[in-house]
Amino acid sequence: MLLLLRFDSKTVREPIISMTSIKTGTPINILKADVGARRGEIIVEVPEERAKEVEKILIEMEVEVQEITKTIARNDNCVHCGLCISICPTEVFRLNGENKVEMKTEKCIHCGACIKVCPTMALYFPI
Amino acid sequence: MKSIEEINAKIREGSVCVVTAKEMKEIVTEMGTKKAAKEVDVVTTGTFGAMCSTGVFINFGHADPPIKFKRVWLNDVEAYTGMAAVDIFLGATKISETREFYGGAHVIEELVFGKEVEMRAIGFGTDCYPRKEILTSISLQDVNQAVMVNPRNAYQRYRAATNSSERILRTYMGTLLPNYGNVTFAGTGEISPMNNDPEFRTIGIGTRIFLCGARGYIIGEGTQHSPPFGTLMVKGNLKEMKPDFLKACYFPGYAPSIFLGIGIPIPVLDDEIAKATGIKDDEIKTTIIDFGVPRRDRPTVREVSYAELKSGKVEINGQDVRVSPLSSYYIAEKVMKELKKMIEKGEFFLSMPVERVKRNEIFKPMKQREIRIVREFMTKAVTINEDLSIEDAAMLMIQKNVNHLPVVDKEKVLKGIVTSWDIAKAITVGARRVEEVMTRDVVTVFPDEPIAIAISKLEKYDISALPVIDNKKRVLGIVTSETISKMLGV
Ligand code: SF4
Ligand code: SF4
Repeated sequence: MLLLLRFDSKTVREPIISMTSIKTGTPINILKADVGARRGEIIVEVPEERAKEVEKILIEMEVEVQEITKTIARNDNCVHCGLCISICPTEVFRLNGENKVEMKTEKCIHCGACIKVCPTMALYFPI
Repeated sequence: MKSIEEINAKIREGSVCVVTAKEMKEIVTEMGTKKAAKEVDVVTTGTFGAMCSTGVFINFGHADPPIKFKRVWLNDVEAYTGMAAVDIFLGATKISETREFYGGAHVIEELVFGKEVEMRAIGFGTDCYPRKEILTSISLQDVNQAVMVNPRNAYQRYRAATNSSERILRTYMGTLLPNYGNVTFAGTGEISPMNNDPEFRTIGIGTRIFLCGARGYIIGEGTQHSPPFGTLMVKGNLKEMKPDFLKACYFPGYAPSIFLGIGIPIPVLDDEIAKATGIKDDEIKTTIIDFGVPRRDRPTVREVSYAELKSGKVEINGQDVRVSPLSSYYIAEKVMKELKKMIEKGEFFLSMPVERVKRNEIFKPMKQREIRIVREFMTKAVTINEDLSIEDAAMLMIQKNVNHLPVVDKEKVLKGIVTSWDIAKAITVGARRVEEVMTRDVVTVFPDEPIAIAISKLEKYDISALPVIDNKKRVLGIVTSETISKMLGV
């Protein structure tokens, strides 16, 4: 499960991720962090079965938590050129046996990098 | 040994054996070249990639009253008009003046998809073509001819790209992540047409090909053709093209471009061709170059084979770097299969080239203002023969106001040079003819050398002029330090 965490000026200064990890005994993998002096956004990956527990602890510590469910989608403009393959940080795209570019959308962390790269504008986030 | 006529007869009878280039690799490995050459008649090759050097000639027919185009736009993408009244050339990478991420490629795609595009033109308003402007909508059905003519397509192989710099680069090779974050490459390797006929025995001028679903033709080697980085110039009727094999695209930060599907059938005339079509990705080499250095001659990071590139990872400086292709193997395979089907059904016959394309050619860099060459500084040389008298030579120098006389034979081949200093010396030693005093060991330059080379020679040998010669040592002109200083303003 991917979680988008939003920190405000207070929470951003505390070692919340490590504290949550220790308290729940759950490994938390940071996939993307965009942290400034006054606020921050971090995307983390947690094991599916521990997600609810982790979320509870984080909310108690006044972090805003949002489950990431919107994942990348593709229309039939795609020509299977494969440019997106080396761009995606979580290896969502790969060539399959038929030489088609296959997507493992469950790995998508919503970073948007592939959308800007695709030459046929085939990739988008469904609204 | 088979002939094209025999293969075409088999196509007519329906007994031809056609395989795709992918299938051929296995056949050659299993049966060996001799048997493969006997069994297989035609190998279909294919590629599907972004090919920027693409465009379409369109003839619209005449309006009433008629117009001669001065400027014309299709969906706000400007086309070239410097030809007859209603002929235009629309290039794929031309950018729309009003719409983002839209260009000539997209107009071409819309036309192939059967859509109408808006045509807006302004005219010169001449006696024969009085009209000054026109606005209308046209589709492919409405125009007389719509012929795709592409100066450079189907690259045999291409240099792969990476980026050593600290910033993201948006290029025609796709987005390149910083610090060797990824590698991108183009071309389909072992199934790509020219890699299967590297001697250009059957791929040549006049060869009938599959161009985006239509029957097209090779009309010459492409621009920048330089085997093994060969390219082709091709044409085909846009009206017969199929949407499946053509796709407009846009490389962010670069320009629009267009994915084209090109297939070339290779007749298996003999063992040699069978062997050539057995080529595999690990035998096809290219280099990875660094786009982080913004120069024409980008540094090579390493050599690499298409097999490694297609594996999805290559090693750079001890790190595994992820690789993206830019060509679609999936659609390239569709091209090969479609062409195979067309041949099997008797809809596509093979043709031999009427002329072969060049097998060696060098891709020259642009002649730039900053790099000035000797030819620009060359002036006419006043030449003489070696039996001329010293007196006459002296007269000639005064008359023509020159200080150097290259000495040549009947064929204009350089034999020596006489300067005003040599004449003065001749008088003191009592010499009578030029050959007694001329310098035989002459320092020279070629016309295409950078002027910097001429300058350094003048300085090194402490002389004031250099004859310019061709490779047969014939005198073409002369460069003097005087002209160089004058022209460079030093
Ligand atoms: S970059 Fe776009 S067109 Fe190319 S494979 Fe990915 S989604 Fe398809
Ligand atoms: S948005 Fe695109 S690049 Fe980013 S994780 Fe999802 S699929 Fe990968």
